[in-house]
Amino acid sequence: MEAAGEVLRSGSSQELHVLAVDDSYVDRKVIEKLLKISSCKVTAVESGARALQFLGLDGEKGALGFNGLKVNLIMTDYSMPGMTGYELLKKIKRSSAFREIPVVIMSSENILTRIDSCLEEGAEEFLVKPVKLSDVRRLMKDCIMRGETEVKEGRRVDKRKLEDDNRTSSLSSSSSTPSSSPSPPSSPPFGFDVATSELISSPPHSSKRAKLRDSD
Amino acid sequence: MDVVNQLQRQFIDNSASLHREGFLDDQFTQLQKLQDENSPDFVVEVASLFFEDCEKLINNMSRALEQQQGVDFKQVDASVHQLKGSSSSIGAVRVKNICVAFRSFCEAQNREGCLRCLQQVTHEYSLLKNKLQTLFRLEKQILAAGGSIPGVE
Repeated sequence: MEAAGEVLRSGSSQELHVLAVDDSYVDRKVIEKLLKISSCKVTAVESGARALQFLGLDGEKGALGFNGLKVNLIMTDYSMPGMTGYELLKKIKRSSAFREIPVVIMSSENILTRIDSCLEEGAEEFLVKPVKLSDVRRLMKDCIMRGETEVKEGRRVDKRKLEDDNRTSSLSSSSSTPSSSPSPPSSPPFGFDVATSELISSPPHSSKRAKLRDSD
Repeated sequence: MDVVNQLQRQFIDNSASLHREGFLDDQFTQLQKLQDENSPDFVVEVASLFFEDCEKLINNMSRALEQQQGVDFKQVDASVHQLKGSSSSIGAVRVKNICVAFRSFCEAQNREGCLRCLQQVTHEYSLLKNKLQTLFRLEKQILAAGGSIPGVE
């Protein structure tokens, strides 16, 4: 379990390193605090361009920021001047070096077509602002689960689309034998793409559409 | 300690009225809960950033609306959108609600409506700033007198 965790986490401190992108000072400060309180390392930048710079996407480095820490999650605002969060998402997902980093979009506007296009481009989640501590905590759990599940099974999330049938049967067995899965006994492991989770009825909090329903 | 009790009572009353009168909503309370020993001035800092934002954006909107050659409503709207965002993040619900109306006027390219909203937003932001500064002052006084800040658990 320790080994699985280390692959996902950055450095030796086992903390997730999150890159937060938002043009608003207020929002950057709040998201930074939310993440720090959730035991994450945070790098907060004000634009998509700065984010790409940090990732070294405009150069040839890997997913190492300037300070050498691997980025485990990117949280970006949608509406930003210059490069929108959506454009940033596309650039990240189309890069071979970074496409595996989960990207979460945050937006003050709950627009279905916007949400759909972000999810289609590979966003992990779409959070409606203002982002709460419970949102961040849930994200942390999802990221950790996803990372551990992937590493344990030696597969990337997108490859699961081909293995739906196997997944369904092994999931139903893993829910009844919680000790064999990395997830808590009460819920099936995260880390499944939307297609797979729609085959099995997943608990509401694992749905990417959870935020479309009323906010808590 | 009478002084501390008095101050704490005032703090509670001020807080309650801010919420009751719709100046602040639960998001503000969420921010208060995030404040801890690692960031003892977190709320004051966020509020300061918000007020700076307000001033800058209100100036932008004002300048854009004054253009005699023709108002760039997209520019005004962009500023209103940003203000709506930060007010929502801090829980400044009255300011946020005016921004919602303001955006409709921008979309309708209604200069008069926009100017009215600008006036309202300026007024609401000033009111809120005064009330929050009073609240923060009370906090400082309570802590200086050796008491603790009531009610944010």
